[in-house]
Amino acid sequence: MSASFAIRPIGLLRAAGIILGKDLLIEWRTRARINALVFFAVATLLLFSFALGPDVDLLRQNAAGYMWLGILFASVLSLSESFRVEAENATLEGLKLVPTDPRAVFLGKACGNAVMIFALCLILLPVMVAIYDVSIAEGLPKLSLVLAIGCLAISAPGTIFAAISANARARDVLLPLLLFPMLVPALLSVVKATALVLQGDLQDSLRSWLGLLCCFSVIYWALGFAVFPKVIED
Amino acid sequence: MLYVTIALFALAVGLFALHLFWAKARGWVWKAVAVLGGAMLPAGAYFGLSWAPSEQDMGEVYRIIFVHVPMVWAALLALVVNFVASAAYLFKRSWTSDSLGEAGAEVGVVFGVVGLLLGSIWGRPTWGVWWDWDPRLTTTAIMLVLYTGYLALRKFVDDPEKRATWSAVVGVIAAVDLPIVWFSVRWWKSIHQVQSNPKTIDRSMFVVLVFNVVAFMCALFVYLWHRFLIAKAARAREVALPSALPPAGPQEAA
Repeated sequence: MSASFAIRPIGLLRAAGIILGKDLLIEWRTRARINALVFFAVATLLLFSFALGPDVDLLRQNAAGYMWLGILFASVLSLSESFRVEAENATLEGLKLVPTDPRAVFLGKACGNAVMIFALCLILLPVMVAIYDVSIAEGLPKLSLVLAIGCLAISAPGTIFAAISANARARDVLLPLLLFPMLVPALLSVVKATALVLQGDLQDSLRSWLGLLCCFSVIYWALGFAVFPKVIED
Repeated sequence: MLYVTIALFALAVGLFALHLFWAKARGWVWKAVAVLGGAMLPAGAYFGLSWAPSEQDMGEVYRIIFVHVPMVWAALLALVVNFVASAAYLFKRSWTSDSLGEAGAEVGVVFGVVGLLLGSIWGRPTWGVWWDWDPRLTTTAIMLVLYTGYLALRKFVDDPEKRATWSAVVGVIAAVDLPIVWFSVRWWKSIHQVQSNPKTIDRSMFVVLVFNVVAFMCALFVYLWHRFLIAKAARAREVALPSALPPAGPQEAA
C-alpha cells in the first residue's frame, strides 16, 4: 500500500509534455495572447506596406522579409508573456520544486512558444498572400516546413532570454536587445529560404539555406537545453 | 627584423604565461608588459609607416592594415576570454571568472568598435564605400551588438549572483558568433580579404604585422588586467566578501 504513495520522479519528456499541455491549456482558456499576437503582426504587415507605398512589385519581392519581421516582433510579446504568467503567482518556484529535471521546463516552454509562433505563422500566411499578392511557387508543404523550422529557431533562444529578462529590470527592453542580434543568422537564412519557396527555387539553393537554418536551430536548442537549469536556479 | 619580432613575440608570450601560472609575479608582470607594449607601439607605427614596402594596388593606403588587423584580432581574443570565463563560471561559480567575463566583453567591444571604424576608413578609398553588407562586416557588427546586449544585461540586473549566472549564459550563447566571424571570409568568398599570413601578403609586410600584433596584445593584456581588477573590486564591494572587508580596527575590537 505504502509503495503506491512513494514519490517517483517523472521522466524528462513526460514532464516536458505536461508543461507544454499546461501552457497550451492556459492559452486556450483565455486565447488572449494569440489574439494580441495576430492583431499586432497583421498591423505590422500593414505598416510595412503603408511605409513603402502601394508598390505591389516591391512588396511581393520583399514579402518573406516583412513576414518574418512581423513574426519576430510579435514573438517577443509572446515570449515575454510565457514567463510573465509564471511570475504572477510565483508558479515558477512550484515548477522548480517538481521532482524532475529542470530541463523539462525548458523543453516544455520552448515547444509551447514554438507552437504559438507557428500558429501565428499559419494565421499570418493568408493575410500575407492577400495583401502582398504573393504566390507560393514551391507549394504549401515545403513552405510549412520552412516556417516550422524558423519557429523552432526563434523559440529556443527566445525562451532562454525570456527567462532571464523576466526577472531583470527593464525586461521589455532587455529581451529584444538580447534576442534580435542572436537571431540575425537564423533570420537571414529563414527569410532567404521563405523567399525561395515563394518565388521559386531555380538554382536549387533552398537545400543549403535550409541546412544552415537547421544547423542554427540545433545549436540554439542544444545550448538552451544545456544551460537552462542555471538560468532558473536560485 | 624577423628574428627581433620572433624574440619579442616569445618574450610577450613568456610574460603572459608567467602572469597566468605564477601568482606571485602578478604584481610586476603587467608593468613589464606595459613597458614592452609602450615601446613596441610607436616602433610598430614607425615600421608600418616607413619600413614596410608600399602595396602594388593600394599604394600607401594599405598601411592601415597594421592597426586594423591587430585591433580586431585583439577584440576577438578578448571575447574568447569572455567565453572561457563564462563557461568556467557555469561549471564552478567564482567572482574571478565573473569579473574576467565582464572585462573581456567590455574591452572586446571597445577594441572591436575601433577596429570596425578603422576598417571602414580603409574601405572608403579601396572599395569606394564606408560600409558594405559583406559577411565579414555583417557578422562583426552582429558580434558587437550581441556583446553590447551582454553589457546591457549586466547593467540591468542588480543581484550580483543572478547577474553573474545570466551573463555567463548569454556569454556562452553569444560565442556562437565568434567562429562565424573568423571563418566568414573563407566560407563566403566576398569582398573582404582572407586572414593575413605569409601566403597571402608579402613577407616583409607580414613581419611588421606580427610586430604590431604583439604590441597590441600587450596593450590588450594591460587593459584586460586592469578592467578585471576594477570588476573584481566592484564585486567585492557589492557582495562584501569577508576577505574584502577592512581588517577589524581598535574601535571594533573594543
